[in-house]
Amino acid sequence: MRTPPYLVSTRTRTSTFGAIAAACLVVVAIVLPAFAGRGLIQDLFFIFTMLVLAQFWNLLAGYGGLVSVGQQAFVGFGAYMLFGSVILWGLNPIAALLLSGVGALLLAIPTAFFAFRLQGAYFAIGTWVVAEVARLVVAQWRSVGGGTGTSMPREAREVMWGVTWIQSVFDVRDSAARDILAYWLALALLVATIGGIYWLLRTKRGLALAAVRDNMEAAKSVGVDAARMKWMVFLIAAFGTGLAGGLIFLQNGRISPDSAFSVIDWTAFVIFIVVIGGIGTIEGPIIGVLVFFALQTLFADYGSWYLIALGGIGIVIMLFAPRGLWGLISDKSGIQLFPIRRRLSGGKLADRSKPSREE
Amino acid sequence: MTNPAEPILKLEGVSKSFGALTVTDDVSFAVPPGEALGIIGPNGAGKSTLFNLITGNLRPDSGSILFMGEDVTRVPPMQRCIAGVGRSFQIPQPFDKLTVFENLLVAATHGRPCSEGEAEQACAGILERTELIGSANVLAGSLSLLQRKRLELARAMATDPKLLLLDEIAGGLTEGECIALVDTIRALHREGVTIIWIEHVLHALNRVVERLLVLDFGKIIGLGEPEAIMASKDVQEIYLGIEV
Repeated sequence: MRTPPYLVSTRTRTSTFGAIAAACLVVVAIVLPAFAGRGLIQDLFFIFTMLVLAQFWNLLAGYGGLVSVGQQAFVGFGAYMLFGSVILWGLNPIAALLLSGVGALLLAIPTAFFAFRLQGAYFAIGTWVVAEVARLVVAQWRSVGGGTGTSMPREAREVMWGVTWIQSVFDVRDSAARDILAYWLALALLVATIGGIYWLLRTKRGLALAAVRDNMEAAKSVGVDAARMKWMVFLIAAFGTGLAGGLIFLQNGRISPDSAFSVIDWTAFVIFIVVIGGIGTIEGPIIGVLVFFALQTLFADYGSWYLIALGGIGIVIMLFAPRGLWGLISDKSGIQLFPIRRRLSGGKLADRSKPSREE
Repeated sequence: MTNPAEPILKLEGVSKSFGALTVTDDVSFAVPPGEALGIIGPNGAGKSTLFNLITGNLRPDSGSILFMGEDVTRVPPMQRCIAGVGRSFQIPQPFDKLTVFENLLVAATHGRPCSEGEAEQACAGILERTELIGSANVLAGSLSLLQRKRLELARAMATDPKLLLLDEIAGGLTEGECIALVDTIRALHREGVTIIWIEHVLHALNRVVERLLVLDFGKIIGLGEPEAIMASKDVQEIYLGIEV
């Protein structure tokens, strides 16, 4: 009897269902401003942008093995690129968003050049130092408000593309229309981020990335260009983080060095989201950001007790569910919404394959 | 084209020190294509260091390394792999969070020029040959020692090497486990793959290799036919610890 050929697939039953559900969710999210109040739109904007930051940090740390605590450098630099180009060159804020990404990308090149000489904890501290240096340098920049910061000029806000159209379609005031515009941009950035990372992880580069994370020397010995993989994820993450930073402060309307380069807001919270959700998975940060948002809504008024509670929850999850909440769910149910495992079937595996549990 | 008489690997005066400790001391030898060469020597003789120099994981302080006539002394490991140098590690170094199949697929999609479809089929074939096919979709981090050793060999095979460096691949295995592994290595050798094999399990080594190289304190103290080498006074004294 002839053995059947070998087949390789990544799709699972739940992932097909997941893809359909995700498409429906995106459609609902696009039309949501027609029904939802301004408060919900602002909450969702916060969730989307934090999730973008979390996905990029997860790409760095969970897939690239690059544990950075200096991602606020790219949030802040991206945001300042936006304010600088709007205030100094009179650029349309929406067009200036692209400069947020490009600016962060350019900052990432010298950052990587220095930080990649360091390993592990030293790398983490090195990225933090770069972020602090960027904060101190930007605080000297007088024309964007120096250490006290500045606001988005009124005329720049009024010329933002699409705002008048949104005002007439949804019959809302200009400030609410700007929130809707920012919300749509955040949604687009989120879909592009998750889609792009998922695509990357399914290519042979994604496989190489996982190999470098697991064992760099062995990866080099099987022909993987480890240095190039690290550069690639670091630059991609910086670009996306810079875009998110620009968008966050465009919606905020006000910027200062301390808020734009805040290690707590843009790195500590982001690490919390990834760690409690489940590092090294795309699903983890999604769960994590929802938990984080719920905690913040309920307890943010308690000040430092809130931060202590966040830290405590983080520690408990690391001890009892090191692969995060998604790890627990996935282990119990076998569900994978974004599967990247390449499963071999057919051939000599055909007679004994058991499709019951998904890895 | 490479000249058939030209050695596939040639080391000329290669030395490497870690601080004051010289681990590779002026080593020169050549391996003709298709040969199986065994390397023996006491622990700490510099055998694994010699491999790391050949694969590029370490750089020599002096001397040169030629692979297929090209000077690769300064070439990084991933390019040497693509050129045809495959290796296994003494302590297995699997990609823990990838499956066995994915471990091979990384090697096949990066270590050799071919399409992903070809790579997938090649990996499935290698998994059959190394008796790992049943564990194809298992995470490499959860494998037993024998399976890890097999995975080291299989992953090196997936890069489609012309020169295969095996570092103590039979160590720690039972007699029966060892025989199956040796058969796979012999089959590879028959297919024309040049093999350099570091091994303490001499009976396994002697079933495959045509020449033996003896290292002690980073120096070559013997190179030749296995019978002659094993019988030589120096080797018995230094390596086997027998007073003659």
